[in-house]
Amino acid sequence: MTDLTVTGASALAPRGKSLLELDERTRRRNAAETRFRMMGLVAVLVGVFVLVFLLGSILSNGLSSFRQTYISLDIFLDPAKLDKGGKRDPAEIAKVTTFGYAPLIEKAMADAMAAKGVTGDGVSAKAAGELISKEAAADLRRYVLAHPQAIGTTVNFDLLASGRIDGYYKGRVTMESAKLDRNISPAQLQLADKLKSAGILVTHFNWGFFTAPDASDTRPEAAGLGVAILGSVYMMVIVLVLSLPLGVAASIYLEEFAPQNRFTDLIEVNIANLAAVPSVVFGILGLAAFINFAGLPQSAPVVGGLVLTLMTLPTIIIATRAALKSVPPSIRDAALGVGASKMQAIFHHVLPLAMPGILTGTIIGLARALGETAPLLLIGMVAFVRDYPAGPPEGFFDPASALPVQVYNWTQRGDPAFIERASGAIIVLLVFLILMNLSAIILRRRYERRW
Amino acid sequence: MNSISSMNTTTTTTKASPMTETKISARNVQVYYGEKHALRDVSIEIRPRSVTAFIGPSGCGKSTFLRCLNRMNDTIDSCRVEGHILIDGENIYDAKVDPVQLRAKVGMVFQKPNPFPKSIYENVAYGPRIHGLARKKSELDDIVAASLQKAGLWNEVKDRLHESGTGLSGGQQQRLCIARAVAVSPEIILMDEPCSALDPIATAKVEELIHELRTNFTIVIVTHSMQQAARVSQRTAMFHLGLLVEENDTDKMFTNPDDQRTQDYIMGRFG
Repeated sequence: MTDLTVTGASALAPRGKSLLELDERTRRRNAAETRFRMMGLVAVLVGVFVLVFLLGSILSNGLSSFRQTYISLDIFLDPAKLDKGGKRDPAEIAKVTTFGYAPLIEKAMADAMAAKGVTGDGVSAKAAGELISKEAAADLRRYVLAHPQAIGTTVNFDLLASGRIDGYYKGRVTMESAKLDRNISPAQLQLADKLKSAGILVTHFNWGFFTAPDASDTRPEAAGLGVAILGSVYMMVIVLVLSLPLGVAASIYLEEFAPQNRFTDLIEVNIANLAAVPSVVFGILGLAAFINFAGLPQSAPVVGGLVLTLMTLPTIIIATRAALKSVPPSIRDAALGVGASKMQAIFHHVLPLAMPGILTGTIIGLARALGETAPLLLIGMVAFVRDYPAGPPEGFFDPASALPVQVYNWTQRGDPAFIERASGAIIVLLVFLILMNLSAIILRRRYERRW
Repeated sequence: MNSISSMNTTTTTTKASPMTETKISARNVQVYYGEKHALRDVSIEIRPRSVTAFIGPSGCGKSTFLRCLNRMNDTIDSCRVEGHILIDGENIYDAKVDPVQLRAKVGMVFQKPNPFPKSIYENVAYGPRIHGLARKKSELDDIVAASLQKAGLWNEVKDRLHESGTGLSGGQQQRLCIARAVAVSPEIILMDEPCSALDPIATAKVEELIHELRTNFTIVIVTHSMQQAARVSQRTAMFHLGLLVEENDTDKMFTNPDDQRTQDYIMGRFG
């Protein structure tokens, strides 16, 4: 007690300095704090700037892919050309190839120009037909095969304009570039302008971008994400169905039941390591295990889903274990104290409380899997796939593409129109990712409990 | 771990004269946490329908011993228990004993109020439900009401049974935990410092409740408050450094203890 009073007295003695002026030490400490704050602010600003720049460039390149130029024509489905037998026999109609449909389109184009008083000005009927995508004839044929009764009638179609015409209205193609371009001439562009003012050439929302399959190098206007979106959705379904129960079961066992020994330590270390394994390695594993050994088909969502499941499992296990750990032990004690068995305590009390954390971890793991490209390249999902996979579950074994792979694919193509497509696909992918992360945040907000 | 060879002899000794009737009988209990010898040679007889208080400085092993009585220590991997603990003459560490059944008979109230983050009704109904004590909804309702009444909480919560149990005040939460323990009709209730997180008024209510529960249950309470031990218990046991120093009638313990260490602790010379 006496000691205390003595030190107290000495502490009370004036230090010889006023509180109103800063001493050297305080000044330096304050300066250090200011410096640190400024550095933090600069780091945040740099991050924000990079993000804005990235998003800005993607949006400026990609938003235009959601609008597309079409040529609206009334096409007479001439029975003399499409169904010579006149029996409306599908097998008979199918014998007419796309080349058989091109003259119909050319004729409709000439008719429309004549009707609206648009003159070709030296552009031949064939060259005028080139304003329309080569894909249009195929689309028309598909329509006729689906609706054979339409033969003999006149139907209004919005046919895809060719990639160059579409590019002209998106600023990608100019009169100067058209002079050097073998696929388009300035005269054709002038004709397009006339068609536009005549209301034949129209621009509207591009549903085909979301529904159409991929298209060849020379038809960027027809390329869509249909197969890729379907493939990605299939894979996410497989990943969710496999990794959530497996991951949660493994976590519960490791966290609640497993004895603490060398073996479980080894497992824990390896799970942590697996989470850090480069994803391309999982691709090689998938190639060796699922395709070469198990004999599953290449390019199939089932293989992609399995590989991504392996990749996502460690993430889910780590998140689930963290969520289980964060449930206060008092809840376990309370349940055990009234005579619940260990399993009842876990399933009735611990797991429901850990659920928001588990779901957040799962969704974030899924989001990572959705954006994963490298392992899919190795299992053949990079292939050019034009046919939609069948409905589930058979469709899981059909070849399909995936969103990030489609982006990768399109960036490899020569036609500049694919830059726009790739950016558009990135926007779609980002929207999916944002939606998933948003749902994770909402789940967390809604079910989070505080003790 | 526990030999049952001496079971019969022990059983006969515990069923002695009605004067020293015994509910719980511990014989040479040793508890180890890994290498650490946490409890040495504890032997104690606990009487039915009475309150026995365990006192002693922090880390002396009183909570450890309490948790041995319903095998809550089983949840700790490194914990090892040796010796015999007999409840109604049956060794609870026998290999044939399922801790789940044991804990239905020996309820527990913890230091920090730990209601489930569910409704008040669900908190109390959970135990009876998992033990299948009620066949119908109405029976369950009766059990919940009776348990809340026994815990002295009924009047405060009867209009909001379906509100969250975590929304109650600390004292109410602790009484809810007592109601939850009572709901499975245990014979023994263990309380591990039940009032340490409560204010004096809530503490008084819980103490009053312990007093009433004594008529139906055997209560063992761990407490840091000497005054509380003196107020609520009939018998007191003093632990120190893993040893049971002294066990005696509470009155004698606080006026004229046999052991010098008890005297020192009660006088506040250490601890």
